[in-house]
Amino acid sequence: MTAEGERWLPPPDMSLGRRAWLRQNLFNSWWSSVVTVALGALLLWATVRIGAWAISEARWGVVTANLRLFLVGLYPADQVWRVWLGLTGLSVLGGVAAAVYRGGAVRTLAFWLAASQVLLAGLAAVSELGLVAALALLLNVGATWAAWAAARRLPIAGRALAAAWLVYLVLALILLAGVGGPLPVVGTNVWGGLLLTFLLAVAGIILSFPIGVLLALGRRSDLPAVRVFSTAFIEVVRGVPLVTILFMAAIMLPLFLPGEIRVEHVIRATAGITLFSAAYVAENVRGGLQAIPSGQYEAAHAIGLNAVQTNLHIILPQALRSVIPANVGLFISLLKDTTLVTIGAGLLEILGIGRAVLAQPEWFGAQMEVYLFIAAVFFVLSYTLSQASYRLEAALGVGKR
Amino acid sequence: MTSAPGAPSDAPLRTSVPPWRNVRVRRVAAQGVFVLAVLVAALWLWNNLTSAMARTNLTFSLNFLRTTAGFEIAESPIPFRAVDSYGQAFIAGLANTIVVSIVGIVLATILGVLVGIARLSRNWLVSRLSAGFVEVMRNTPLLVQLVLLYAVLRQLPPVAGSISLPGSIYLNQRGLFIPSPEAEATLGPWLGLVVGAVALAFVLRRIAVRREDAGLDPRRLGLVGLAGLIVIPLAGWIVLGAPISFDPPVLERFNFRGGTSFSPEFTALLAGLVIYTAAFIGEVVRGGIQAVRRGQVEAAQALGLTERQTLRLVVFPQALRVIVPPLTSQYLNLAKNSSLAIAIGFPDLFAVSRTMANQTGQPVSVIVLVMATYLTISLATSLLMNLYNRRVQVLER
Repeated sequence: MTAEGERWLPPPDMSLGRRAWLRQNLFNSWWSSVVTVALGALLLWATVRIGAWAISEARWGVVTANLRLFLVGLYPADQVWRVWLGLTGLSVLGGVAAAVYRGGAVRTLAFWLAASQVLLAGLAAVSELGLVAALALLLNVGATWAAWAAARRLPIAGRALAAAWLVYLVLALILLAGVGGPLPVVGTNVWGGLLLTFLLAVAGIILSFPIGVLLALGRRSDLPAVRVFSTAFIEVVRGVPLVTILFMAAIMLPLFLPGEIRVEHVIRATAGITLFSAAYVAENVRGGLQAIPSGQYEAAHAIGLNAVQTNLHIILPQALRSVIPANVGLFISLLKDTTLVTIGAGLLEILGIGRAVLAQPEWFGAQMEVYLFIAAVFFVLSYTLSQASYRLEAALGVGKR
Repeated sequence: MTSAPGAPSDAPLRTSVPPWRNVRVRRVAAQGVFVLAVLVAALWLWNNLTSAMARTNLTFSLNFLRTTAGFEIAESPIPFRAVDSYGQAFIAGLANTIVVSIVGIVLATILGVLVGIARLSRNWLVSRLSAGFVEVMRNTPLLVQLVLLYAVLRQLPPVAGSISLPGSIYLNQRGLFIPSPEAEATLGPWLGLVVGAVALAFVLRRIAVRREDAGLDPRRLGLVGLAGLIVIPLAGWIVLGAPISFDPPVLERFNFRGGTSFSPEFTALLAGLVIYTAAFIGEVVRGGIQAVRRGQVEAAQALGLTERQTLRLVVFPQALRVIVPPLTSQYLNLAKNSSLAIAIGFPDLFAVSRTMANQTGQPVSVIVLVMATYLTISLATSLLMNLYNRRVQVLER
């Protein structure tokens, strides 16, 4: 029985005053104090030097004057609206997804998609793209918000949303590639910049996923022929650098196919990335499969399911769920690795565009500005995705059960 | 189940199932179908390949390895000239890859351990700086880091205005110049003294450890050994005269003379790989140390182990078990990432191979050769690390 009006003592105040915090964290011994002072001085010096360079010396005009190249490569200027429209679709679906999946991860992503478009709009406004592009980007942000607000009140099933994503991907590709008439064909040879970086990474992860799952199941199969084949494939791909695979895809893929088939360079690079990523997806999925207790297999067996049914209905749904964060991590490294297509396959993704811009005599010597801008773009993308991945991990309770 | 009473016990039991339901038959059949499908696919690809190669006048042969390469390789531990063969060019590129990988692995391990420990530092500034470094490195592509670093090195002042660092080290557009060590006549005897000092320190340390485990104070013995390690070589240096002289790079009219130089390409590649991998190794080390449960340390303290004994006997062996496997994959990544050298013009295995593929018109053979070589390097690395891993892993109960 608790007495009426019983009072719990509040937890003791463990927070430190400002001076105590400084003493404990920066000056807790003479050695620590020396390190703090030295590092602080170094940091201050570096910040001042770099800041002075960035403000007074750096020619950031190289970014604003070539922003369209950085974003979409050689995609025709009068057709760029198609990219913005594709982005609108992504914004709307992102808003809906944030409302449907109530976990924090998707909402973080949708928020960052909106925030980065605001950032981009600011950049576009002062660049050659101009106010129209900036306005289009801001409208996308509005679209995200409107979609989120509307979808919150609608009962939308997860399955319907997944189907909508698939339809969107197909439509977006058609929109970008064109079919003729009012939507003239834009060859993949002019796709480039950040757009290509994204397309390659997304295509790589989506196409490699089913192959990776099959390879993972194959590696754990009790049929020796299947197991040996899967293991050999995975280990060979993981044992060689990505550039050699891209180089092989660029040169050997056309040779491996019947002579009448012409393979565009973007497709060759996608094939190379897919092969590469499949081996890593397989290892992720294998980790998920190993975490399934053998009781699950035995129970499935006991109710009379065969091997295919067991995997399809019992094992994979559990295993794939637990490897989502690992695959987000893989997607992030794939996003960064797409920079290799510029040296392995000669495509102009964002780094390739950067090098092409630097080859113009006008921007000779602006390497630091260009490369720092590209690094910043990747940092924002990759940091955001990894934060979302942490939240996803927490939401899925991976490693907590 | 027992048979029903009265049933003839020797009647043949109907255990035979139709072959399409027999597990063994099905297993063999499934594998047969799989192998057949793989073979058919491989044959199809092979057929396309050979006909495409016939159409474009390519052949499968490694004979070109004996013909004259005709291109220069900027630098290599193995001297190479344009009149040498493609085979020698391949070896020269391989040597570059191996040197960068081995030196890179050693340096990245040292820096990575420092980063990992700094991340756990009680000093707020140190741990935040380390965390920031790790985040920046992990969230930007290595290739961008490499070209950025190379751009920085290329924008350094020309030779005449070299940045000079203490110890006759110079940095300029043409690369890094450091003094090269030259052996003197007294090097032999001096090295003997050093070996003796190390052996003495080792023996004293062994005794100290035994005394410590017996509950005695080991500090004095350890200090004596440590002092010997410093005093004996120093005394030798003074008495015998300097065993090593350094030949510093000297600025002449157009370039440095003497010393050892590293090209900007090599410097950028090595530094880029080391810094990038160190960030990942730092995370591995931090994870390993944090994986040792707090209870282990508390139990060690409860047993009366000193702080040093706790670290040496409880924390390190357990952390090492966690660290070694992911460390292996970081080493493999470093070796594979060295293939990005081509972006900054360093003639590594892949860069040389690409030139070979373009010049010989034998891209298929070259690709197979270069992939097989990288695979061998990877397998050798993981074999070595697995051997080490087996040593540090404690046998499970």
